[in-house]
Amino acid sequence: MNEIQSVKSTAIPLLLDDIDTDRIIPARFLRCVTFDGLGEHAFEDDRKQDANHPFDKPQFQGAGILVAGRNFGCGSSREHAPQSLMRWGIKAIIAESFAEIFFGNCGSLGIPAVKAARADLDKLAAAIEANPKLEVAVDLQALTVSAAGVTFSVIMPGSARDALVTGQWDYLGRLLSAADQVAEHAKKVPYMSGFSA
Amino acid sequence: MSDKRNLFNKVWDLHTVQDLPGGQTQLFIGLHLIHEVTSPQAFEILRDRKLKVAFPERTIATVDHIVPTANQARPFLDDLAEQMMSAIEKNCKDFGVTLLDLKDDRQGIVHVVGPEQGLTQPGMTIVCGDSHTSTHGAFGSIAIGIGTSNVAEVLATQTMFLNRPKVRRVVVNGELRPGVYAKDVILFIIQKLGVQGGVGHAYEFAGSTFDAMSMEERMTVCNMSIEGGARCGYINPDQKTVDYLKGRPFSPQGADFDRAAAWWLSLASGPDAEFDDVVTFNAADIEPTVTWGITPAQSVGVSQPLPKVSEVAAEEQRLIKEALEFMGLQEGQPISGTKIDVAFIGSCTNSRMSDLREAARVVKGHHVSPTVKAIVVPGSQLVRKQAMAEGLHLIFEAAGFEWREAGCSMCLAMNPDKLKGREVCASSSNRNFKGRQGSPTGRTLLMSPAMVAAAAIKGHVTDIREFPAAV
Repeated sequence: MNEIQSVKSTAIPLLLDDIDTDRIIPARFLRCVTFDGLGEHAFEDDRKQDANHPFDKPQFQGAGILVAGRNFGCGSSREHAPQSLMRWGIKAIIAESFAEIFFGNCGSLGIPAVKAARADLDKLAAAIEANPKLEVAVDLQALTVSAAGVTFSVIMPGSARDALVTGQWDYLGRLLSAADQVAEHAKKVPYMSGFSA
Repeated sequence: MSDKRNLFNKVWDLHTVQDLPGGQTQLFIGLHLIHEVTSPQAFEILRDRKLKVAFPERTIATVDHIVPTANQARPFLDDLAEQMMSAIEKNCKDFGVTLLDLKDDRQGIVHVVGPEQGLTQPGMTIVCGDSHTSTHGAFGSIAIGIGTSNVAEVLATQTMFLNRPKVRRVVVNGELRPGVYAKDVILFIIQKLGVQGGVGHAYEFAGSTFDAMSMEERMTVCNMSIEGGARCGYINPDQKTVDYLKGRPFSPQGADFDRAAAWWLSLASGPDAEFDDVVTFNAADIEPTVTWGITPAQSVGVSQPLPKVSEVAAEEQRLIKEALEFMGLQEGQPISGTKIDVAFIGSCTNSRMSDLREAARVVKGHHVSPTVKAIVVPGSQLVRKQAMAEGLHLIFEAAGFEWREAGCSMCLAMNPDKLKGREVCASSSNRNFKGRQGSPTGRTLLMSPAMVAAAAIKGHVTDIREFPAAV
């Protein structure tokens, strides 16, 4: 897997709270056996009901960094949600906080998801609105976000960050390498051994 | 010396294959439940990497999300649903996984089937590509919802990486008042602790209120842990847990069962068990509860008015305004009397026998309001069969409800059951998110099955305590 140490791109502000994964990708688009084609349906129902939805604004097309609010990605465990954002073009997400399953799914897909203070996010969103061409840099080494000469710190759990930075986010490969240890461990689990372990 | 570890930490430690320097644990998974929506891409990953399912006997599949609850003839009318059904059939055959499909009378909603079959047991780690996996915590297991990449990892290795969460003990003591159900308890807890209050935590539900609950009621509570942000919620195993599991098809049998039961009971958090924090509520403060907004925390007691925008914290005002506008409700208005168009009794939260019996008791001798479409969707084929043996379907049908086949149905509307336009649905399900029930502008009011039944009869939200002969 490639090392992901930073993401630099223009950004799209969506500074709303408790955005659930049903809103990110409505359930009817989960009727599929591959993740192909989910990108165009990101936020589809919200976009239909809001003529000013950022995902439809010409100035934010091509943005690679999503700026979001509190508890982003709550609700359903559907990996289709970060898959649809990734296929829309999102390469990193900066939010006040994330729901846990969504955060884990982002890590599986190599999408850095970093937390920032609301005041910093408010300023960043305003700066992006004022200048949609603004380049935003998420630096996973320094754990900072920089834009227009302003830098603020962000938070990401060490294990998730290290995996991206060192290119070790192929979790499946890492788990497989411990197969013998797993087989040994299984013998010690009571319900794997007639409850006599 | 007594063990100061709570149940969560005892079970976690037992399943720890290795701790990584970064703080993560490689955790052994005891039971992997899969369904048709979040597994096809995971099996493709296995095919691409030429991998097998590591422990096929610890993986069980069923079908629920896309299953039509009216016409189940194959091929399904929906080509995409048919494609998904064929995919899980092929995947389970190719990889040697047991599939409880529509022809198998053990089929149903994955979180109803697991406990019903005795697959769900105390002390296990249980995962499923579905956030409501927390349901299984009712048995004193660590049960968490996972994404599709994780499904592939667990299929191929029977393990995954996780960070150990903190454990918050959520205590509720006392007897529930008449007309107040397990659903109201969990809606109340989410209202008090918020939809993200549980992020980074497992919730241990403890206290005399949960002790008094049946296993089915405990499942309703744990099911909605995730709506409070807690990926996992659990209740310590007790004699009720043991009694529930005795004789189930996948439960240990004979002498194994006695050894199992002794071990299960030993896992419960002891009197000296330590927690990262504790919150306490009184059962007497809980009313029949109804959501009015677009998150499960936006709820009120049925006799209470909706909040006023000016009375809530500044940072909450925007979300409250958004919710009021979407729902077409006014600040400060009563929730009671809100007109409904659809009544849905079902979902992994409330589709078990005790839910159906209670709803049937409410509707018996009444008829659904002429403007309401009402459906009852049992959680599994076995629940359906038992309900019919008790004649519940006749009571529902006589009252004007449609009696359906088992599946997820209108909880998330990945099947033909969905709201139309701006319909308002009184629903026994778990999420009132915008568009959740299949219409982008459809509106959901979450409540207990008994409250849904009463709303169906009256045509509007009704306090179950004032409903004739219902309490």
